[in-house]
Amino acid sequence: MVTSSSSWSQALVQISPYTFSAIGIALSIGVSVLGAAWGIYITGSSLIGAAIKAPRITSKNLISVIFCEAVAIYGVIVAIILQTKLEAVPSSRIYDPESLRAGYAIFASGIIVGFANLVCGLCVGIIGSSCALSDAQNSSLFVKILVIEIFGSALGLFGVIVGIIMSAQATWPTK
Amino acid sequence: MYGFEAMTFNIHGGYLEAIVRGYRSGLLTAADYNNLCQCETLDDIKMHLSATEYGPYLQNEPSPLHTTTIVEKCTLKLVDEYKHMLTQATEPLSTFLEYITYGHMIDNVVLIVTGTLHERDVQELLEKCHPLGMFDSIATLAVAQNMRELYRLVLVDTPLAPYFSECITSEDLDDMNIEIMRNTLYKAYLEDFYRFCQKLGGATAEIMSDLLAFEADRRAVNITINSIGTELTRDDRRKLYSNFGLLYPYGHEELAVCEDIDQVRAAMEKYPPYQTIFSKLSYGESQILDKAFYEEEVKRLCLAFEQQFHYGVFFAYMRLREQEIRNLMWISECVAQNQKSRVHDSVVFIF
Repeated sequence: MVTSSSSWSQALVQISPYTFSAIGIALSIGVSVLGAAWGIYITGSSLIGAAIKAPRITSKNLISVIFCEAVAIYGVIVAIILQTKLEAVPSSRIYDPESLRAGYAIFASGIIVGFANLVCGLCVGIIGSSCALSDAQNSSLFVKILVIEIFGSALGLFGVIVGIIMSAQATWPTK
Repeated sequence: MYGFEAMTFNIHGGYLEAIVRGYRSGLLTAADYNNLCQCETLDDIKMHLSATEYGPYLQNEPSPLHTTTIVEKCTLKLVDEYKHMLTQATEPLSTFLEYITYGHMIDNVVLIVTGTLHERDVQELLEKCHPLGMFDSIATLAVAQNMRELYRLVLVDTPLAPYFSECITSEDLDDMNIEIMRNTLYKAYLEDFYRFCQKLGGATAEIMSDLLAFEADRRAVNITINSIGTELTRDDRRKLYSNFGLLYPYGHEELAVCEDIDQVRAAMEKYPPYQTIFSKLSYGESQILDKAFYEEEVKRLCLAFEQQFHYGVFFAYMRLREQEIRNLMWISECVAQNQKSRVHDSVVFIF
């Protein structure tokens, strides 16, 4: 057992690593989907309104919605990957440092992916809304604003990459 | 918090903002105005307008057309668009949209009271009222004899009620008092609107403050110029100026004591945004001051569309439409009276 002076750190290391893992997995999918949904409604409401005057924009501007959706898919993928990292550990070794490390790694991975996707979804959504409104006025602007959106959606990818690298740290102690 | 409205604006306002931007794309361009300015008769104007968005509204009008018919139908289009937006708006956008029409309500009230004073028929006056400013019980305005009755009988139930506290007197209504009443009401309305926008905060407050400040300053200058040589005292004149805007409070002090246009010009040239307006006029000329102010207003209104996620676009759109209707009225009048050389005196191109 780790000895330390603070009662808080003593309390924290006595929480089961499986708790942290489960919360991490929940955050990775939950907060990603929050970001995706937020982005989709921001884009969707502008798209619907703008398409009344300029119906030609509907098919092209669904790309913005697809980019937001991709963010949710990243969250699902990482959640599935993370849950495959969970292993059973004999109860005498649940609070070993290696076990705790594995638990924290999954937790961190979940937070990384969740919040990166949250802001990515928001970013793509806001740009998608401006893209729809600009496209309705002047169709040559669509491709240019799409480039901004592509850069925005790279943010989610960064989160996924780092999250997967973190989850490789999740090695539970063998018997 | 300014800067983060993009995250939550679209919940309630996204659809309507997209709609108002769609309406904006239907405003007449310089090419349309050039075509219209070259028309020979009102039927030519009708033909050109049928190719624009006004088509459905004008196509059933029988010739011979009158200029008032053209203006009426174009206003009808504006009213339809406004009502379409108002019915779909939620708070606080619906209150904001209603605020935009209170100016017209004030104009309608003053129109009916003045008309009654000059013994015109109420029905005839009601037809001349601006449709955006109509409210129930507007016809009973004709019965009132002085302001207290006006308030008690009719206006206490309208949204204009809070603006009346400053101008209720027991004097009978005559031309001078009615103008003072109009300006006092408008002052109270602008200040109320300004406070409301400040309360909304964010980009709306920022952009609307600028637009309303320009409106307040423009009205201050117009009040000054129109009251030169009348019996309006300096204190009364000062009371009609709004308490916000670029000119408040030092510009108002100077404007209150102006006795002719050159003094007004001297007072205004201390403010860089207005200096450019006044530099377009040569000495002693005030006819093109109106046009210069309209041009500046149109420039600022178009700038409101540069930013997304705020309510200023609705206000800007309504004002731009009204400017367009003014342009159409001027062009139609010039064409009808065969004075096409003067057409460009007063047409303000929007884009």
